[in-house]
Amino acid sequence: MITLTADNRTIQAREGSSVLSACLSAGIYIPHLCWLEADAPADAPAACRLCLVEIEGFREPVAACVVTVENGMTVHTGTETVRRLQKTALKLLLSVHRVDCKHCPANKACALQNIAKFLGTGLGCKPFERVLKEPDVDSRHPVLDYYPNRCVLCGICVRVCRQRHQRPLLSFARRGFETVVGCFDADPVAAADCMSCRACLESCPTGALVQRTVVKG
Amino acid sequence: MPLPLTAEDRLHLKTLQPQIAASPKGRGQLIPLLQMAQKALGYLPDEALSLVADHLAVTRSEVYGVASFYNQFRFNPPGKNPVKVCMGTACHVRGGEIILENFERKLEIREGETTEDREFSIERVACVGCCALAPVALVGETLHGHMAPSKVEGLVLRVRLEKEKAEREAAHS
Repeated sequence: MITLTADNRTIQAREGSSVLSACLSAGIYIPHLCWLEADAPADAPAACRLCLVEIEGFREPVAACVVTVENGMTVHTGTETVRRLQKTALKLLLSVHRVDCKHCPANKACALQNIAKFLGTGLGCKPFERVLKEPDVDSRHPVLDYYPNRCVLCGICVRVCRQRHQRPLLSFARRGFETVVGCFDADPVAAADCMSCRACLESCPTGALVQRTVVKG
Repeated sequence: MPLPLTAEDRLHLKTLQPQIAASPKGRGQLIPLLQMAQKALGYLPDEALSLVADHLAVTRSEVYGVASFYNQFRFNPPGKNPVKVCMGTACHVRGGEIILENFERKLEIREGETTEDREFSIERVACVGCCALAPVALVGETLHGHMAPSKVEGLVLRVRLEKEKAEREAAHS
């Protein structure tokens, strides 16, 4: 076991685990979106830029999910610098997000709402401009609807799909501002499993993937 | 919706199949093979992506992810008269976006798409090298300078009329 100090508390962590998982299991909350519980520091994508912390000896704040715990480490999770960076990162995520919580299935179970509440900011994105994608719904997947303007591109769905299936259906597509979670739809065999798996639906933090309701008529 | 394959596409796919089967394997071959497929077909239909994916034993979704990342790969067949609207600095300043929008509306397709009869496709290009004529659009090989929204309809009509004329003449002889 490794002993380190986080927010003036002495905590214990398993060797090789990340600062993020050490803090979380000690009950110290650090906002995060793209991290999966099984992620070792080397596997974490560090894509959401929310789990920033200050560690003594490091010049700048670092993503807690990619730093391995060391004996005697001193971690500060709530400094002013960290909070400022986290608020900016959240605003950038919200700047490409359609904030329409009332009509969103993830309302009240949404990671973005929780993090905004934790950081004490609203769901606005000022001073950033809001840029939304077209179209609002992508129905190429055989059984799922994908809402690009709800998606935060954390990549969790893509990763769970790859972990679970020999022939995963989800993948990132396009690039830059146009990046979306895409699916390749020429393979009905692989799509047959989707209804029984639902891993991506259940792991999505923002309700960007929704099971399609068939309209009868 | 992707356009259905034409008989010609199917023929190209058939010749492509043994070419891909004879190519070396390994993840590093993904882009060269996609390029080979696009060279043979002019674009990458789902069938071509599957062919490459299955040959390399890479998942289809991954192939799609890679192909959609790069600008050089297209998923819609090029039209017989590709419309290229210049978005270079000079053309942008003189309203290139408006010209693009007019073509999109007239042809009822979006940028990057192809009309159902495969006559037209629209793409945006960077500078064509004649900024003095901005805004500029290319229809097929012909360059049209000082473009204006009012010219768009005439250009499309002219191509369609020429095609009809050629068809009539072919029927006569």
